Amino acid sequence: MANLKILVGCKRVIDYAVKVRVNSTKLAVETAGVKHSLNPFDEIAVEEAIRLREKLGNNVVKEIVALSCGPPKSQEQLRTALAMGVDRAIHVEVGKDDSEATRTLQPLAVAKLFKAIIEKEQANLIILGKQAIDDDASQTGQMLAGLLNWPQATFASKIEISGDKITTTREIDGGLETISSKLPAIVTSDLRLNEPRFVTLPNIMKAKKKPLEKFTPDQLKVDVAPRLENISVTDPPVRKGGTKVDSVDDLISKLKSAGALE
Amino acid sequence: ISSLLLVEHKNKAIASSTFNALTAASKLGGNVIALVAGEDPDPIVSEVSKLQGVSKVLIAKDKVYEHGIAEVYAPLLASTQKQLKFTHLVAPHSAFGKNIMPRVAALLDVAQISDVIGIESPDTFIRPIYAGNAIAKVKSKDPIKVLTVRGTAFPPATISDQTGASSEAAPESEKPALTEWIGEDLQKSDRPELGAATKVVSGGRALKSRENFDKLINNLADSIGAAIGGSRAAVDAGYCDNALQVGQTGKVVAPEFYLAVGISGAIQHVAGMKDSKVIAAINSDPDAPIFQVSDYGLVADLFTVVPELTEKLKKKELN
Repeated sequence: MANLKILVGCKRVIDYAVKVRVNSTKLAVETAGVKHSLNPFDEIAVEEAIRLREKLGNNVVKEIVALSCGPPKSQEQLRTALAMGVDRAIHVEVGKDDSEATRTLQPLAVAKLFKAIIEKEQANLIILGKQAIDDDASQTGQMLAGLLNWPQATFASKIEISGDKITTTREIDGGLETISSKLPAIVTSDLRLNEPRFVTLPNIMKAKKKPLEKFTPDQLKVDVAPRLENISVTDPPVRKGGTKVDSVDDLISKLKSAGALE
Repeated sequence: ISSLLLVEHKNKAIASSTFNALTAASKLGGNVIALVAGEDPDPIVSEVSKLQGVSKVLIAKDKVYEHGIAEVYAPLLASTQKQLKFTHLVAPHSAFGKNIMPRVAALLDVAQISDVIGIESPDTFIRPIYAGNAIAKVKSKDPIKVLTVRGTAFPPATISDQTGASSEAAPESEKPALTEWIGEDLQKSDRPELGAATKVVSGGRALKSRENFDKLINNLADSIGAAIGGSRAAVDAGYCDNALQVGQTGKVVAPEFYLAVGISGAIQHVAGMKDSKVIAAINSDPDAPIFQVSDYGLVADLFTVVPELTEKLKKKELN
């Protein structure tokens, strides 16, 4: 069995239950004073790394490292990953909290930062969320795999490691697909991969003592300048809902005249 | 301006999302050249060559291209781009396109613009963020634009009567053997697939059990030929399969008709369905937030009205 050093991605995003609001600049959504969390798909990635160690043992999974690229407060999400069971964390600080530089950090730049850290750390299994629920890009894992010329197992709902081989069940349109690759490899997690554990208070306390290393993009010699310029961010068109119907018959006739039942 | 359209196909048929992506590519202005790759691409090539807006078809014939493996598709697109100098590379925002295009963008050292729902100009695009709770307009500073296109945002391209566009072999490229395709397990359901369905019936926590969900929601969906979805609450409670979850962390759908049954309408869920054309909801709570986004709301006990609705819709089908 190969020795595994797993690196997991941890993005700080606005919590999924928060109703986002476009801010007064009309260039971004309001982030100040808004609850943030670890991106749900990244939480699944962290969980999967920990489960792999529980399954394969410490002799195989030598170390699990969490990496976040973002503002100073991203350390809160790294602490969450540490409390879940990750060994140590790396933070590539980009921009100040709620700053323009943070908002314009884009997947290609993040993939390049990840590549630099992976080369430094000699990690051989990288697990990332399939997408972040803020920009919904779903790009970083695939870009990283392209930059490294490594295999990619995206939208994974099940992974199995045996020797230096990783077999992945992927969610595709209309069903599932199974692929097999050789490590080192990139995995991106889909919703069905697992259900993340809750962090316990003792583990939160323990996480505070775990090591957290800091870098800047300059130290890693990565240009993080945005390639896409945000022209505007606006509210979506408002639906005029709220019409009530009285009965099933009323509903059917309304739906018929709206052409919904054709 | 010239665009390369990556054609998605499966089991000798062009994936419907390709027709929508072609409309988006045509909207950019300039020529659209389609790329068809596969073990036996010829039947697809002749279909693609008849599509309105396709000026030429490039063919990459090799069994390594049969299953959409990104590790071989990405170098194929990148070397085709380097040789023929397209300004835009376009694919559907499907599992296939999402898997391949970011890898292509990385090989070309350019950004990718995901899930495009509008084209303002050849370098400015509209795309949803925060699961559609905000709409971003972005301008690409890169010389090459790599786009994935949301199918429901563009009408499908039509098939022309004219003789097909010419075709030729795509440039050769590397085929690194990084990933092997083992097999697939496609749902053999008579119901349409959730992501591509024109009608969706979804159930929520108010169904109270998996048995109720299976009985009431499945029958209702089948009465109008709809796909089945569920809220996160219904999935968490085990009433329906995880793969059916509609919402920010599940599937984002935009069918012609969406019917929410026993779903309160948490932000999480609404983000995944509010772009549907017609929305109806059945809920016993008159203040449920789902009614705010519904065109037609019926305040009633679902256990009474769902069987009635199912029966009446079934009869309608017969008439």
